[in-house]
Amino acid sequence: MISGFIFRALEGKIIVAIAVLLGIAVLVPALNLMTAPDSALHIPTYVMSLFGKYLCYALLALALDLVWGYCGILSLGHGAFFALGGYAMGMYLMRQIGPRGVYGNPVLPDFMVFLNYKELPWFWYGMDWFVVAMAMVLLVPGLLAFVFGWFAFRSRVNGVYLSIITQAMTYALMLAFFRNDMGFGGNNGLTDFKDILGFQVQADGTRAVLFALSAVVLALCLLISSAIVRSKFGKVLVGVRDAESRVRFLGFRVENIKLFTFVVSAMMAGIAGALFVPQVGIINPGEFAPANSIEIVVWTAVGGRGTLIGPIIGAVLVNAGKSFFTGAFPEFWLYALGSLFIFVTRFLPRGIVGTVQHGFKARDAMRAAADAEKGRGDIGTVAQTVQAAE
Amino acid sequence: MQDNKLLRAFWLILILSFSVSAPCFAQSGADPKPLIDALAKADFSEAERLIGEIALTGDVRAVPALEAFSEGDLYVRKADGLVFIGKAGDDGLELIEPITGVSAGPAPKSALTKIKINNNLRRVISSAAGGLTLLSPDRSVRLSAANAVLSSPSAENLDLVETALAKETDPEVKARMTEARAVSVLSSDRSVDDKRDAIRTIKTIGGNDALSILSAVSGSIDASLKGDLDAALAALQSKQKLWDMAQNVWYGLSLGSVLLLAAIGLAITFGVMGIINMAHGEMVMLGAYSTFMVQDLIRDHAPGLFDWSLTIALPVAFLVTGAVGLVIERAVIRFLYGRPLETLLATWGVSLILQQTIRSIFGPTNQEVGNPSWMSGSFPVGGMTITWNRMWIIVFSLTIFFTLLVVMKKSAYGLSMRAVTQNRRMASSMGIRTPWVDALTFALGSGIAGIAGVALSQIDNVSPNLGQSYIIDSFMVVVFGGVGNLWGTLVGALSLGVLNKFLEPSVGAVLGKILVLVLIILFIQKRPRGLFALKGRAVEA
Repeated sequence: MISGFIFRALEGKIIVAIAVLLGIAVLVPALNLMTAPDSALHIPTYVMSLFGKYLCYALLALALDLVWGYCGILSLGHGAFFALGGYAMGMYLMRQIGPRGVYGNPVLPDFMVFLNYKELPWFWYGMDWFVVAMAMVLLVPGLLAFVFGWFAFRSRVNGVYLSIITQAMTYALMLAFFRNDMGFGGNNGLTDFKDILGFQVQADGTRAVLFALSAVVLALCLLISSAIVRSKFGKVLVGVRDAESRVRFLGFRVENIKLFTFVVSAMMAGIAGALFVPQVGIINPGEFAPANSIEIVVWTAVGGRGTLIGPIIGAVLVNAGKSFFTGAFPEFWLYALGSLFIFVTRFLPRGIVGTVQHGFKARDAMRAAADAEKGRGDIGTVAQTVQAAE
Repeated sequence: MQDNKLLRAFWLILILSFSVSAPCFAQSGADPKPLIDALAKADFSEAERLIGEIALTGDVRAVPALEAFSEGDLYVRKADGLVFIGKAGDDGLELIEPITGVSAGPAPKSALTKIKINNNLRRVISSAAGGLTLLSPDRSVRLSAANAVLSSPSAENLDLVETALAKETDPEVKARMTEARAVSVLSSDRSVDDKRDAIRTIKTIGGNDALSILSAVSGSIDASLKGDLDAALAALQSKQKLWDMAQNVWYGLSLGSVLLLAAIGLAITFGVMGIINMAHGEMVMLGAYSTFMVQDLIRDHAPGLFDWSLTIALPVAFLVTGAVGLVIERAVIRFLYGRPLETLLATWGVSLILQQTIRSIFGPTNQEVGNPSWMSGSFPVGGMTITWNRMWIIVFSLTIFFTLLVVMKKSAYGLSMRAVTQNRRMASSMGIRTPWVDALTFALGSGIAGIAGVALSQIDNVSPNLGQSYIIDSFMVVVFGGVGNLWGTLVGALSLGVLNKFLEPSVGAVLGKILVLVLIILFIQKRPRGLFALKGRAVEA
């Protein structure tokens, strides 16, 4: 049954995307590690880390697409799940520093010594074990999403209202994490990481592995998302998006469907955060900022919501643009981003991938119609393709 | 230090006023001149007695000499043994006659002897001078003298205060002097009954002042008065608690009115039109920058008009932001009606562009926006202090609110606006030009945000990020109050403001804000459409 579930997920485009991602996962680290630094094929470590970061953003955009593109829940708080995953990873990395911190305290991270903590707060216990930390990466965002969604979907808060309270959620978390006595490092966040599983975080080899891991995890999440979307459950999901009341009248428990999707999506966002933190070397409360969460929405919208590949492309493109602009014309980045927001919503509501797909379908429909006119086509397939293009 | 400065300031006033009023001011007591001259040969204890006598003359003209004595500027001329005030001049000292204030020419330092002063004498002088000014012919000087005695009472002044009290005719000054007398009585050796009366008088002053006066003497007071004192203290404390509560409510209303200002434009664009206008905060910011520009122009060209700057800035801000809103609506939003989540993205884009534009023009730093004189300062109400700018902002936000309400409910434009909101197609078929109503409504909402910016520029930093800090709060207010209902916005804003201020003392500002956000999230679960939900078909549209 599981294999059937996975098998259905492997539609043409998804296979290609997964293959590309796995190819990148092998090729980029190989070009980084095995070529000479002056070779034309060499990929510098910083470029690899930068793209590793984009892959994490892509995963985050994919997670958002699952709830927004397929379930119609526009979450303006996905940055919170991302940041929580990142904090869980950051806590593990902080504990790995051990006595090598500035204050040399074997148990307490530097900021706690600085803030006069006498002992480790309870929620830091066990975070020095990788397995526990990774469980937290999944569980904390998942649990928050579950509790939040449990209340919100059950009371049928939807549309704009849901968007605004998710924004309030991430805003409240941001304020909370900025407080020094929360025990998460206040506004400096967690940084100065040394080791991950015994390997140096800064080393080229570790960075290559982290990059490869980001690509593989993204491929895996793409597979899972595709499996969800293409299953019978996925059809219901789209039904909830397009006509929630009708799905409810047909006897489906809409709130459970939404809750499931929301929690899965939050966990994916958490994983993205966990992969992000060792690659950029810091996590701070700024990641909770509502503006960040809105930016995720743009990546998804640019790439094309309701397509699984779109958000990945959108996230990489927008962030590459951001890196380029903030380097070359720092004044213009906000103009560019702002115009992109307006342009996409105004002229490209389907996003890049969505528009291309729509174009193909329209072309197929026109060809089929032309064939039908010549008397060679079958009326049924024409109707189907025309319908699909609508 | 502070007191000393204050005291000196009112002596200055006194000297100035004295030069005007001296000729028509008849002295009642003895001439202080011989007493001052006697200081030349007096030792410290003798000087203390003399100062007491000078104070009893009630002659205000002695004050400059006493001040100079306290500063160590009183000298004896060796030649004739007369006393002069000496100010450091070009060569040696400039001499001034102590009572008349007439210059007596320069003299070398060697011709003079400084009269010695110590801290005990300074204290005696300070209370004597405070007492002397109680007899000043100038009402405001007497009032501030009474206040000075009130804040630093001493038993030595008691006779003077009583003398002054007997002569006083002005009711306000008299009341203040009665209080001052009562405070002095407590530290004197008067009878228990007098003191009991004094406690009663002080109790009527109320507030923290009375509390601190009474608790200051509670250690040294007669045992038989302990009961009276404790009762008075308890009464004052419970009264003070009420005042603190009132102060909290006031702070809450003040915060609420700021929220109301920020949210009221959004209540139109979001609440009535259904556009999630993320650029709303930037409209507020534009309004604040308009104020800055207006003030800048006024400073350069017509400084006299500065007090009118806000009044001038109001229509300017309204027109500027209204025009920007009109452009945004025509260029972007009109293509997105019925797709609220996409208006969110597009307007967020607009907000980024506006922010960056302002940052490019004015720079990222805060701009200086001044308070006109009628908005600075504060006044006391019972046991609390109310600042004028907060007061005006509350008045202002309520004025805007009710004006808007009238426009919406009574004007023809408001009618067509409500018609379009309720049933666009029906309104259109009745001949209402719905696209224009949309555009004007958005412009109105933006314009009101701009006006809010004028007010907020008075209490917040005017920087390109000004709007960002209000946008989430504004949405919370509108969602909490209920979309599409102006009254909901009013109640929502004020109750969130008060709630915030009541949480703040016990849990701190940040945690208080977090709690409010969590409460709103929970509240939305209970009432998904806010406090005042619209009923009927409009809900689903």
